Amino acid sequence: MKSFRLLCLLAVVCNFLNFGVAAANGHIPADVKLADDQTFTYRMLDEFTSVDPQIVEDVSGSEVVRDLFEGLMNQAADGQLVPGVATGYEVNDDNTVYTFMLRDNAKWSNGDQVTAHDFVFAWQRAADPELASPYQWFVELMSIENAAAIIKGEQPVDTLGVKALDDQTFEVTLSAPLPYFPQMTTHSTTFPAPQKVIEQHGDEWTKTENIVSNGAYVLTEHLPNERSVRERNPMYWDNANTTLDKTVALVINDENVALTRYLAGELDRTEVPAGQFPRLKKEYPQEAISFPRLCNYYYTFNLSDSGPAAFKDVRVRKALALSIDRKILTEKVLAGGQPEAYTFTPAAVAGFAPPAVEMAGMSQADRDAKAKQLLEEAGFGPDKPLSFEMMYNTSEAHKKIAVAMSQMWKQKLGAEITLANMEWKVFLETRGSQGFELARGAWCGDYNEASTFLDLLDSESGYNDGKYNNAELDALLDEAKSSSDTSVLYTKVEEIFADEMPMIPVYHYAGVYMMDSDVGNWPVDNVQQNWYSKDLYKIAE
Amino acid sequence: MLGYAIRRVLGAIPTILVLIIASFFLMHLAPGGPFTSERPLPPEVLANIEARYGLDQPLWKQLWDYLCNIVLRFDFGPSFVFKDRDVSDIISQGLPITLTYGLLSFFVATLIGVALGVAAAIRHNTWLDYLAVSLGVFAQALPNFIMGPILILIFTLWLGWLPGGGWNGGHWPYLIMPVIALSTSYMGSISRITRSAMLEVLNSNFIRTARAKGLSEAKIIWRHALKPTLLPVISYLGPVFVYVVTGSVFVDIYFSTGGLGKYFVSAALTRDYSVLLGITILYGVLTVVVNLLTDLAYAWLDPKIRFQ
Repeated sequence: MKSFRLLCLLAVVCNFLNFGVAAANGHIPADVKLADDQTFTYRMLDEFTSVDPQIVEDVSGSEVVRDLFEGLMNQAADGQLVPGVATGYEVNDDNTVYTFMLRDNAKWSNGDQVTAHDFVFAWQRAADPELASPYQWFVELMSIENAAAIIKGEQPVDTLGVKALDDQTFEVTLSAPLPYFPQMTTHSTTFPAPQKVIEQHGDEWTKTENIVSNGAYVLTEHLPNERSVRERNPMYWDNANTTLDKTVALVINDENVALTRYLAGELDRTEVPAGQFPRLKKEYPQEAISFPRLCNYYYTFNLSDSGPAAFKDVRVRKALALSIDRKILTEKVLAGGQPEAYTFTPAAVAGFAPPAVEMAGMSQADRDAKAKQLLEEAGFGPDKPLSFEMMYNTSEAHKKIAVAMSQMWKQKLGAEITLANMEWKVFLETRGSQGFELARGAWCGDYNEASTFLDLLDSESGYNDGKYNNAELDALLDEAKSSSDTSVLYTKVEEIFADEMPMIPVYHYAGVYMMDSDVGNWPVDNVQQNWYSKDLYKIAE
Repeated sequence: MLGYAIRRVLGAIPTILVLIIASFFLMHLAPGGPFTSERPLPPEVLANIEARYGLDQPLWKQLWDYLCNIVLRFDFGPSFVFKDRDVSDIISQGLPITLTYGLLSFFVATLIGVALGVAAAIRHNTWLDYLAVSLGVFAQALPNFIMGPILILIFTLWLGWLPGGGWNGGHWPYLIMPVIALSTSYMGSISRITRSAMLEVLNSNFIRTARAKGLSEAKIIWRHALKPTLLPVISYLGPVFVYVVTGSVFVDIYFSTGGLGKYFVSAALTRDYSVLLGITILYGVLTVVVNLLTDLAYAWLDPKIRFQ
């Protein structure tokens, strides 16, 4: 499977090389009349933390960085890999040495050529303890040779397994074969950085007056907490096939205000506040859209020594998971087209075949009956009700879900639930130190592959806050790291998950937007929602 | 009076110092830190980050370094969250915005509030009085987090007259809604305080004397009644000034103005220690200065008050 996927990727790359121009032009259908004003304005939830590709860590910032900089590979509208600065790559038989061929017409916005040395500089920079990027963990995850030792400060930065064989050839050596490595090169941490500019301006290099970038756009205006503007980079190698002239991000914290401003015509895109989708879909059928996203929403049991004894019994965990009516949660509470979750990994993940989980196939009445039976078998009943505390971080949306879930458990199982909400950082600290009984969690995939979710179940994972520990599952995940057929392994992991239910999957996210119908080519099929302004266009109304 | 002012300013230094120290330790007492996140960082990565920002040092050392940097270099450090910017950057960008709409709101609230209050007192128990009192109560009861969305709904969506948010260099259409939202409730309070103070003054002996002398009503109000009326208003205006200039988080959130209020609140939530401390110090200094100005204004308004 792995080699097959690799072949597929190569096929896409080759296809693109043969029909490169046609494919790039192909995103505008022949019958579309383009609008005169090619400006796309969207709501940004919060001010981005940085536009330095090696430092940025938030979603808002990554969206900007993907426009300003271009890495080795890009994602097409369907999420498939397409060439970026690299025209393609070769890999050795062990899958440990990747050689990327860079295009010779890639330029920085100051006219300089983008070379393999820019990538070497950027990747070393990302691992450099002195820069202290929070995304050093991503460099570790990429298994680049010596990355871990460099980050620990045990080896100098120039021993990182990256080399510029010449200006147009970039070679990466991995310490272990990684089936999804090329996909990771679409992540902003791996984008090139302009060494001269950074050395000249230091920390100030990302200011609009200093920044030099190699993507389809340059940052022309930035008023923090208000707006940022990116405009066409005439030096971009594919500028001729770029349509949108300008992308404006307006920071609007309140989603209801954002919706009002969208309806007043100030925005082309905004998120739909929870519960409003059905009404908006009715009033604006062309504009209210919902599609699957690569994130899950779950509650985790504390299975460590500090957790309640009741949760150590798999029957209790299963009973709680069974008796949640996910249909009510997704259709009545969230009402935004979110899929119900019965597996940990969203079905939308590429190459993931969800197992036929028993719970998913049952009717809710059957689930409830089984839940009651399991709980009775575990020794809980009207005389000895199950009681526990359910913890979530303070937010209206989380509260609605928690209240609904606790009511379902109370009515169906007679359980007594105390709700506890906490401010975000306190919540994280409490959950991370196992100071909870049942806690909310959510995870968004860093790349489109099941391991980005399933690694959370690994007993060694720093994100496994419930301290779930299953040796068989750990072994399967280990095997998947170098296997050529990961799909079967991931399905097995999900089967164990369904058997043991260390967490309660509740729903998988959906992207729920109001999108002006004159925006063309929004990548609804890209489950990671990695979008590029260069692929969008505005249609004449 | 100059000696008094100098003594007050010098006396403020220990106050500010205590404020910094207390804020510093309270901030560090709160669970979680700037780098606590949904994805806990591996220990080696966290160690690098903490070393970069000096968070690996003992707390007293961090505090000492922080104070030294302020005193010797006027450097408030880098933001832990907005990694491309430092605290001085954030304050110098946000403060002019906050001051612009804050000061405007302050003057609007004061002028209209005092005018309404005076009018109500002069025309006591007439329709004008009832209208002013109702307006005042209504304005005071309407919190700005309700005002914000309602204004946007009316002026942006329904009427289409004003932009729904943004700053645009403080161009006037962008200022109208923030100023209305921020000034309304203070205007209500000011009008009520002015009205009751004016009523009291109008019933006092010296006004009766002035009337007996045959002075015109306008002269009585302007020359004799207004100054003593303003005394309680001034004591209210001092804190309001600080609130209006600093407590603008709702304006920043609803109107995307980019002011300091939003930074202050989000810095507390994200544990952006340096930004939080920087803005706290700014607010502390502002409060001390405004209190001093209020006290000096008393002396000007009331000849009975003299400073030793």
